[in-house]
Amino acid sequence: MSDTLFHKVWDMHRVRQLPSGQTQLFIGLHLVHEVTTPQAFDMLRQHGWRVAFPERTFATMDHIVPTKTQQRPFLDVMAEEMASSLERNCRDAAIPLWAPDSELQGIVHVIGPELGLTQPGMTIACGDSHTSTHGALGAIALGIGTSQVRDVLASQCLALDPLKVRRIDVNGRLRPGVYAKDVILTIIRRLGVQGGVGFAYEYGGSTIDAMTIDERMTISNMSIEGGARVGYVNPDETTFAYIKGRRFAPQGDAFDRAVAWWKRIASDRDAYYDDRVTFDAAAIEPTVTWGINPGQSVGVGERIAGDPRDEAFAFMGFQPGARVTGTKIDVAFIGSCTNGRLSDLEEAARIVRGHHVARHVKALVVPGSQSVRRAAEARGLHDVFIDAGFEWRGAGCSMCLGMNPDRLEGRQICASSSNRNFKGRQGSPTGRTLLMSPAMVAAAAIAGEVVDVRDVLEHVPA
Amino acid sequence: MSDQPSPITHVSARGLPLRGNDIDTDRIMPARFLRAVSFEGLERHVFEDDRAADPRHPFDDGRYAGSGILVVNANFGCGSSREHAPQGLARFGLRAVIGESFSEIFQGNAAMIGMPCFVAAHADVDRLQSLVERAPDTIIEADVQSGTIEAGPVRFTATLSPALRDGFVSGQWNPTAMLLEHFDEVRAVAARLPYLRGFE
Repeated sequence: MSDTLFHKVWDMHRVRQLPSGQTQLFIGLHLVHEVTTPQAFDMLRQHGWRVAFPERTFATMDHIVPTKTQQRPFLDVMAEEMASSLERNCRDAAIPLWAPDSELQGIVHVIGPELGLTQPGMTIACGDSHTSTHGALGAIALGIGTSQVRDVLASQCLALDPLKVRRIDVNGRLRPGVYAKDVILTIIRRLGVQGGVGFAYEYGGSTIDAMTIDERMTISNMSIEGGARVGYVNPDETTFAYIKGRRFAPQGDAFDRAVAWWKRIASDRDAYYDDRVTFDAAAIEPTVTWGINPGQSVGVGERIAGDPRDEAFAFMGFQPGARVTGTKIDVAFIGSCTNGRLSDLEEAARIVRGHHVARHVKALVVPGSQSVRRAAEARGLHDVFIDAGFEWRGAGCSMCLGMNPDRLEGRQICASSSNRNFKGRQGSPTGRTLLMSPAMVAAAAIAGEVVDVRDVLEHVPA
Repeated sequence: MSDQPSPITHVSARGLPLRGNDIDTDRIMPARFLRAVSFEGLERHVFEDDRAADPRHPFDDGRYAGSGILVVNANFGCGSSREHAPQGLARFGLRAVIGESFSEIFQGNAAMIGMPCFVAAHADVDRLQSLVERAPDTIIEADVQSGTIEAGPVRFTATLSPALRDGFVSGQWNPTAMLLEHFDEVRAVAARLPYLRGFE
């Protein structure tokens, strides 16, 4: 029978129907970090429950980790308490933990795929809304709250209602200077920040098919900003090639058998979708948010439209009819689970090379993982960034949400490759975020203001 | 917030109207207050930055002191999955939320701690907010089974997902014990999954 990947994976992981009518769903991989889990481990202890599947649970530290020096103890006593709490909990439950002293540490959504833990056909849960990232490899990955983390620790299961599936096709070739980030911002702008509630988003079409896994992760990552808790791309040869040889990937003959299974769980050609939407890649422009939610964006050449009474205008200091180009920035941030991977850093470095950050701009590059950092250094990218006046930092979530010392101050404006432009998101209650691709952030850092990266790319060697 | 759930069939309390769409969990509970290993004390930081910026914020308005039902507009609780947001609201004294729509993760997190999120039409929510703004002492009666919301002259029907509704009414809104009940079946599913058996 023909079906979507979502339904095939759901059915395969269904344990039973609960008296409430919800499905008890088995979770194949549980990823854990320091912010949303200490209370869950406490609840387990209170009930005398044990971690049911420690061998399917993996932990890292990312949100609170300082990026200037990762020496322990952390200077922030609360951060240190959270770190040691996670260490204690993981030790007691025999859960592998990659702390900053491990060369495998990084943002949970960067290291899962990087280590080959994330695989097609899995159900994945993590106490973080950007867990949808892992869907780029054909997994069904759900962001959950702390009480649900407790449930997964105790039972390796969640109680869930099924989702509908919306197929989102993006077809055609992206123009130069237009990236995966622009595609997902455009999708969210059209479908709305609430448009995906109740849906899993399945991304496909020739544009997505042609994308690397890094690019697909940028797209899946921001599904939640469109209201969709789950986003995924069907596994294909690009996926298989990405996984092959990674630390936790199936090896030898098992890999070939895995590929055969991964092919079978992809959505069938004639699968039924609850909704379908199509986008034309050639019509997508470099996109920048101007407001206080990720749906409030414009093409870089476009004028901002909207109701002047919308609080976003007063907060951000824009007027209806204005353009984002020419907006002076104070901070440039390249990093996060959305755009903190090697390919993001490579593209940004291509633009930065031979230039210098504008005098008034504080610019930082925060690799998504220690592996990304090492790979970038092996290519000399750190020298390109440092020579240009960027700070080259250690791996973590950093200024995406300002839980570590990397924060905006006052009303600073930040050109950011991260995922949320909510009020106060980057650590200052009045700080302002302009979301854009890493290439656009790089261009803005050099110019000191928002510019169209296509104008810059004209002068950059391929 | 008890770990031994009891049925939640009815919430009766004064209202706290909070207008605006797309109020995200970073606003409800700014990230710096997540730097802790427990949820204790979060009630002190609910909407902290919004309240600092707006001296007339409803959460600081004495007329609504002691209210138990939050009344909001569309897409409330979008963004981060942090349970700290509903935990803060619950610890602030709120026992239910009535709104036009909610983010899925927020609604689920709220349910897990026994806080029903009722979904109602824009016009109904707007009438209720206006009523509470005019007459803050009005008691709102929210019935979980039927979804009936009554407050003075305002009466309408709201919805909860059938599963969440039945969970509240039966006292099974905290599912861990249920998930552990048939653990042999959990093991059986795990044993069948190709990726847990070396793809044999």
